[in-house]
Amino acid sequence: MSDALTVNDLTCNFDVSAPWLNRVLERKPRQFVRAVDDISFTVPMGGCLSLVGESGCGKSTVARLVTGLYRASEGEVRFAPGRSGEPLSAQMIFQDPFASLNPRWRVKNIIAEPLRELKLRNSDAEVMERVGELLRIVGLAPSDGSKFPHEFSGGQRQRISIARALAGEPEFLVCDEPTSALDVSVQAQILNLMRKLQDEMGLTYLFISHDMSVVRHMSDRIAVMYLGRIVEEADTETLFANPRHPYTRLLLETIPDIAEPKRQRSITASEVPSPLNPPSGCTFHPRCPLADARCKSERPAMRSFADGSRAACHRVEEAAAATTKATQAA
Amino acid sequence: MSEPKTSPVLDVRGLCVEFPGRHGTVAALSDVSLSIRPGEILGVVGESGAGKSMTGLAVQGLLEPPGRISGGEVWLSGRRIDQLSDKDMQSVRGRQIGAIFQDPLTSLNPLFTVGAQLVETIRLHLKLSKQGAKDRAIHLLKEVGIPAPEARFDHYPHQFSGGMRQRVVIALALAAEPKLIIADEPTTALDVSIQAQITSLLRRLCDDHGTSVMLVTHDMGVIAETADRVAVMYAGRLVEIGPVEEVLRNARHPYTRGLMGSIPALGRRVERLNQIDGSMPRLNAIPRGCAFNPRCPEAGRRCREDRPEPTPVGHGVSACWLNAGGVL
Repeated sequence: MSDALTVNDLTCNFDVSAPWLNRVLERKPRQFVRAVDDISFTVPMGGCLSLVGESGCGKSTVARLVTGLYRASEGEVRFAPGRSGEPLSAQMIFQDPFASLNPRWRVKNIIAEPLRELKLRNSDAEVMERVGELLRIVGLAPSDGSKFPHEFSGGQRQRISIARALAGEPEFLVCDEPTSALDVSVQAQILNLMRKLQDEMGLTYLFISHDMSVVRHMSDRIAVMYLGRIVEEADTETLFANPRHPYTRLLLETIPDIAEPKRQRSITASEVPSPLNPPSGCTFHPRCPLADARCKSERPAMRSFADGSRAACHRVEEAAAATTKATQAA
Repeated sequence: MSEPKTSPVLDVRGLCVEFPGRHGTVAALSDVSLSIRPGEILGVVGESGAGKSMTGLAVQGLLEPPGRISGGEVWLSGRRIDQLSDKDMQSVRGRQIGAIFQDPLTSLNPLFTVGAQLVETIRLHLKLSKQGAKDRAIHLLKEVGIPAPEARFDHYPHQFSGGMRQRVVIALALAAEPKLIIADEPTTALDVSIQAQITSLLRRLCDDHGTSVMLVTHDMGVIAETADRVAVMYAGRLVEIGPVEEVLRNARHPYTRGLMGSIPALGRRVERLNQIDGSMPRLNAIPRGCAFNPRCPEAGRRCREDRPEPTPVGHGVSACWLNAGGVL
């Protein structure tokens, strides 16, 4: 399978310096946050790669870099040629369906905007016909087009955002936490819809979420991010069966599982460090149970493994040994 | 019911809350009955607008006017509290009912140090000297797992991270050793790895002090890990209460079953999630009969006409005609 999206050594710095006057008067230096730090990944055509991590790990920044909403400081984002021979067109679905739709526009105009802007249909009648079709595809009625966004519930609004994203005839969709503002029963409807659209239209997804169970349901491959870096990337089943990086293990360990109530867990009392001043070496070392002197000083390189997964950790072997011991003991 | 005969800390009987408005009165809660035993954690789950936070607020006497309790009774350790005056209710809040809210940044005063806020709360409810209150505050900070509590005593809320701030809020809720803590979405604003720390802290404190907790959340995972029993709410009504294991594995109400099926499981992968079509009705348009009937795959004629009463099933209670037996 060829790759739909290739991201190479992508870095994004944000200037978070104090205002000029404060810098001059208080002798403060300029300050930068490295929101995305030298990451590389590929998304296969028709597949779904998920980025997971806690808040502030840079996953949404990657989504915005890929769609061109932010400019990368270094590195490249490359889309493969699509059906038309031009690079694949990408669209985005945002997290909050209450903020991403213009409250003063009728739904049909919201969905028609990409059609008109990209001149995908010739006459206004054709545009409106396509809008009705799109509303039907996402499970709404064409007559809903004349309503305003506030007349819809959260789940229905997210359907409208999906229809708007599909209006641009994209072959690649970037979904930034599309269901985290929704209730679970509505989340299931939206996830089912997204899977159905993927099968029917051959879409490729870059899916961003903090919810491991949603990610497991949606993706073929998962990349785990921590403080702007990808720490591990593997096929979904491999990642859940055999997590290599201690951070992935921590994430899997801490998620409550409704299949296993009152599970006994080892919980480390630690917090995510500030991205303004990330720890040296491996940024995870202050929270890592296996960290040694080398982890404090040297940034681990990404290593590939036989089963197709990658992890950036100095102590992968020790971590694997610890798991086998734990499973034997159990 | 086959429950042990200990008198409950909180006993809510047939609670109704309504909001009069220009377009008629909206029933936000309708006939909600639940009880919490000493040392027990009762989870209250439901989707947004189901009335779970409203239940917590009504118990604490914190309904925003024009909202009011229009029926039912609230008993706290054998004393009826829903008819108390505002002034009497003030001494119940904090002293007998502690509160933990969702957003730890807005529930702390940014202009005072956490120490000052703790000391204020402690001295309001307990007869302690300044020094005694400070010692107790430091002890509380230590108990909720804040490192170097003596130094942290003088810090302001913005100097704490989200997880640490929520620990401070828990310390505040515990300040007067209340019998009941109402925790409204205490982990929703936190990352998963921090969320696990906070839920296990709540669990531990509950065991150590024998405090009862009403844990309001939309997250079934949090309920599974923390609660002893769970109450499921839908459209302002209680649909099911029972022990956590029973409700999670063997739900009696079709809504609970649908809700469980729609959560992507960690252990296995399915092609398509089980979905409940449609969405919860608005509170001013609740259908006749069972509120869930338009979305229910098993609904019959009776469900569309008569509202099912909560009936005991197994170790729990469920409000569904299916469990009442007979024809639908």
